[in-house]
Amino acid sequence: MAAKTLYDKLWDAHVVRQNDDGSVLLYIDRHLVHEVTSPQAFEGLKLAGRKPWRVSANLAVADHNVPTTDRSKGIVDPVSRLQVDTLDENCREFGIVEFGMNDIRQGIVHVVGPEQGATLPGMTVVCGDSHTSTHGALGCLAFGIGTSEVEHVLATQTLVQKKAKTMLISVDGQVGPGITAKDIVLHIIGVIGTAGGTGYAIEFAGSAIRDLSVEGRMTVCNMAIEAGARCGMVAVDDKTIEYVKGRPFAPTGENWDKAVAWWKTLHSDPDAQFDAVVRIDAADIKPQVTWGTSPEMVLPVDAKIPNPFAEPDPVKQKSMIRALEYMGLQPGTPIQEIAIDKVFIGSCTNSRIEDLRAAAAVIKGRKKADSVKLAMVVPGSGLVKQQAEAEGLDKIFIEAGFEWREPGCSMCLAMNADRLEPGERCASTSNRNFEGRQGAGGRTHLVSPAMAAAAAIAGHFVDVRNF
Amino acid sequence: MRAFTVLDGLVAPLDRANVDTDAIIPKQFLKSIKRTGFGPNLFDEWRYLDRGEPGQDCSKRPLNPDFVLNQPRYQGAQILLARRNFGCGSSREHAPWALEDYGFRAIIAPSFADIFYNNCFKNGLLPIVLSEEQVDQLFREVEATEGYQLHIDLPAQTVTTPGGTVFTFEIDAFRKHCLVNGLDEIGLTLQHADDIKAYEARRAQQAPWLFQNA
Repeated sequence: MAAKTLYDKLWDAHVVRQNDDGSVLLYIDRHLVHEVTSPQAFEGLKLAGRKPWRVSANLAVADHNVPTTDRSKGIVDPVSRLQVDTLDENCREFGIVEFGMNDIRQGIVHVVGPEQGATLPGMTVVCGDSHTSTHGALGCLAFGIGTSEVEHVLATQTLVQKKAKTMLISVDGQVGPGITAKDIVLHIIGVIGTAGGTGYAIEFAGSAIRDLSVEGRMTVCNMAIEAGARCGMVAVDDKTIEYVKGRPFAPTGENWDKAVAWWKTLHSDPDAQFDAVVRIDAADIKPQVTWGTSPEMVLPVDAKIPNPFAEPDPVKQKSMIRALEYMGLQPGTPIQEIAIDKVFIGSCTNSRIEDLRAAAAVIKGRKKADSVKLAMVVPGSGLVKQQAEAEGLDKIFIEAGFEWREPGCSMCLAMNADRLEPGERCASTSNRNFEGRQGAGGRTHLVSPAMAAAAAIAGHFVDVRNF
Repeated sequence: MRAFTVLDGLVAPLDRANVDTDAIIPKQFLKSIKRTGFGPNLFDEWRYLDRGEPGQDCSKRPLNPDFVLNQPRYQGAQILLARRNFGCGSSREHAPWALEDYGFRAIIAPSFADIFYNNCFKNGLLPIVLSEEQVDQLFREVEATEGYQLHIDLPAQTVTTPGGTVFTFEIDAFRKHCLVNGLDEIGLTLQHADDIKAYEARRAQQAPWLFQNA
């Protein structure tokens, strides 16, 4: 039998039927649902008189609109409230399990899925959210879909899909001290570009990826979409299986043994062929900071803002000029001289317990700079928050002058009350530095949790390795 | 879904690479639970000078005169000419909804982000990939010629310029079939319900844990 990639194995296990035009009907094991991209899908289902194909495949949680401050009064913004209420009503009507806003298990859908074992190795996982790629860290085929596809999955438990090309990104060797999963993935995006993975399914491999914890791998897969790839994945190993064991939705007993036996086959065969291979030397990776309005506009912390006129490609040059204008930055400025107004530690990229530990380790016993107006920590779920509090991390943050918030997407995309004001500059552990992403006119620099914490203390970007 | 066959439409040029879905429809408008009404907020942060919020009367808001869609010559445009990696970022289908609601029926670019590209087809919006050189030529022509129109023929898979140049484009056969006929994909899939049930029965033998837990 021909050698298969991990992607081939996951794909083949889920083909319901092959269509004449080369597309397939692909079975979906897990459908995660949130409030923003589902109301029109439920409405479509009802208008057509259809019902969910397999109710138990769905798990819902509100995350984008929820407030991160006191929740006892509910959601103040009536438009946000209606959207969350609509999710509650739809889940009630169709019998879909939902973690409500005040449930300890509530949180960002991409944190909640793996945390609950609702995401398991070998699954196909979809959600009306592009960062669904996160779940690929567990050896899943996981990708974001639009609302029409949400409705299609609800109604049929399948999607019509064409197979993507495959790309292997191998990060070889070991990263230096202070280099995190976030730096690895930002570096990768800097190398292949924000459209470098378009049309591909990416498998992240190599010793530096294997050395990462499962949470670190989630950070890497989370940002596969920022490189243009709908899905990123990492082969199953002992760490993956150890991570899944004992989680509420994970199999037990005989089923566990059966599952593990299959999961252990979920890696690319040694001689499998990829359509593209990118090799990266882990030793080259430094702490990363984005300087522009696309995640590919990224540099090591010891670099200077680039000069657009040195860029030969006219389309890129134009984008750079516009990005520098929007970001209020001059070519030649050292990144470490850029002062910040706000710090956001959170998002589906970096809000898990290890992220909070990394940030707390940097700030312990220190204070945020007076020039930093707001530094906030938004845990990825109620359970992450509870764990952090059990470890005393909340006190470290609060004593340093940070705000300790309730879980949700928060200022990653500013659909709730947390946002930047025009011109404000933010060190953010989120995933997108697009114009206006964190609030109209806001300026976002993407960094790791440790780098965000160090910037909060210093008031400007610093190299966390010397901090 | 509205069918797409042939279109003669005015072209508006948006000369920026990597136009993301946050730019196409900013997040505050995603709070709507409807599929319609996003057109007035298409490219909101570029199009208006004030801060956009849901529920505003957009006809009374100050327009940014420098933004291309606000120029009188591009009013009524049905074809958007764009640069590489159009529609990158989030999976929000509100982006094609906003483009469609505004009046666009087709988008021409050298490349599109995958999820956005896919979402367009579900909403009667045709994304057309042409080469960088062809797109460059169209940008030059549209900027030089007021009232510039293109003729798009989906069954023939061609774009024809006023000067008679014909560009052909590639499109997946199934997507073309659905778009030309305005078909509901769910209805088509449900014709294979027996196949889905057979798969589930087979899979439940191999991987019972997938069907036992909620």
